Amino acid sequence: MLGQQLVNALSLGCVYALFALGFTLVFGVLGVINLSHGAVFMIGAYAALQLVAHLSFPLWAALIAAFLVSGAVGLAIDVAVLRPLRQRNAPHLIPMIATIGIAIFFNSASQGVFGAENLRFPGDLLPDQQLHFANVQVSVLEVAIIGLSFALMAGLLVVMRKTRLGRALRAIAESPKAAALLGINVEGLFYLTSATAAALGGISGVLIALYSNAVFPLMGQPMLHKGIAVIILGGMGDIRGALIGGLFLGFAEVMSVAYIGSTMRDAVAFGLLFVVLLLRPQGMFGRVLERKA
Amino acid sequence: MEWFDSFWQVYSNLVLTVGINALLALSIWLTLSCGLLAMANAAFMGIGAYTAALLTMSLGAPFAVALAGGIAAPTVVALVIGGPTLRLSGVYLAMATLGFGEVVRVLILNAESLTGGALGLNGIPQLTQWWHVLLALVGTLLILWRMRRSRIGRAFEAIKEDAVAASLMGIGVMAHKMLAFALGAAIAGLAGALNAHLTFFIGPSEFGFDRGVDILTMAILGGTGGLTGPVLGALIITLLPELLRGFRDFRTMMNGAILVLIVLFLPKGLWDPQRVRQWLGPGRR
Repeated sequence: MLGQQLVNALSLGCVYALFALGFTLVFGVLGVINLSHGAVFMIGAYAALQLVAHLSFPLWAALIAAFLVSGAVGLAIDVAVLRPLRQRNAPHLIPMIATIGIAIFFNSASQGVFGAENLRFPGDLLPDQQLHFANVQVSVLEVAIIGLSFALMAGLLVVMRKTRLGRALRAIAESPKAAALLGINVEGLFYLTSATAAALGGISGVLIALYSNAVFPLMGQPMLHKGIAVIILGGMGDIRGALIGGLFLGFAEVMSVAYIGSTMRDAVAFGLLFVVLLLRPQGMFGRVLERKA
Repeated sequence: MEWFDSFWQVYSNLVLTVGINALLALSIWLTLSCGLLAMANAAFMGIGAYTAALLTMSLGAPFAVALAGGIAAPTVVALVIGGPTLRLSGVYLAMATLGFGEVVRVLILNAESLTGGALGLNGIPQLTQWWHVLLALVGTLLILWRMRRSRIGRAFEAIKEDAVAASLMGIGVMAHKMLAFALGAAIAGLAGALNAHLTFFIGPSEFGFDRGVDILTMAILGGTGGLTGPVLGALIITLLPELLRGFRDFRTMMNGAILVLIVLFLPKGLWDPQRVRQWLGPGRR
């Protein structure tokens, strides 16, 4: 029983972490709370669904396509909206408001185009055989979710820590101006960050859509709230924090459903969040930047 | 006056909603004017709404008492959570207060015996008259207008510009932040109490993330330079869906697009005295 719950928690937590990763990446590098991340997540799910259902793409190809489509949307958002605001040096609130507008736009656009109803992936898409480890049953989907999430997160972590690109991104996170003086192509890396973050969001959209078997226009909104919880828990702008915060939220939710009752799921998750806020408002890994006079 | 009667019959709810939204926008403007990006106003509104509604429904309290309760409860909560959260600054505070908002929503959702859970509270007596809203709005505007020119208002502005410098000038930064936060909560609670007795029904989903974001949007869109901006922003955000009726299914889409365009092309919000003067002045280009 416990082992089974742990597997459920791990797969749910992985998707949360993957979603929060893009969210936290944009915050860390661009300094923007990107509230359109939920919409990009939804776009990824719809893109994969359309390709699988109407053009009978195999699932792996649909995943790659969702990655690309969401990435392109993220890039478009950056070029059309975030870049002009950056050039104007708008205070950080302003881009956040703009991303709210973007989210409203895409959410209602998809409602207009695809309808408000709940769509599903075809049933025969995934082998429904169960793998057995000791006495724990794991579906192929769960293995895929866990594997893919960890691979993507590990990849991102390696890029951030070990490569020149990662060093440049971390330099921008410290100070875009100083990074530009050092000859780093700051604008280009902003584009890259926005696109990558959105692409990761799109992938997590497909995974959640498969896991809960539901695609609907507002699917990104609850996820966005959870993403906020995750990055508060983990500390904002911190990649490790997103991973651990995501897993933590997944565990808290699954365990509270299993042992307390399903109505208390969000209460437990957000109650924990509130306790963390009171004790460590900067999150588990965050730092509070305080200026001393 | 016949046209007015028929207009009022159709649109009175909309007009009063504009007033209530203006109160909400002013409540977040107050914290913004002290440099605090606190986004708990939707939660404070919810606490006020539920407190007031329960006072009239369960205890049969008179409306004035319900309103007072609706103001007092969120203020007390703000004083309690202000201590730890106001240590944070900038977007960190925004995130923390958003998280607090979710906690409140979930608590309301789960305290079923008291709040009716997801079904909300139904059949709240419609006690809010048009002049209650008008009085609340005018009173709030007067208080805030006086405050801006007072010692407190100048202290807020100093803290907003530079909290460290302000503290060196002998301004009690934490106390002032707390005052702004608690007063903002009181205004939001008042708006919630009035709204609950206007709309007959309240439910937990009304006071979640989306409402919080809406409130902030009204203030920023209108412009946070003065008191006119938030009121104007509330007017536009409330009326926009009505004005866009012609677009049918795509009207919320237009709503989003307009929001983005305003942010892109009117950096200081709609109400920007400098720009208005430029437009009216003779040197118009």
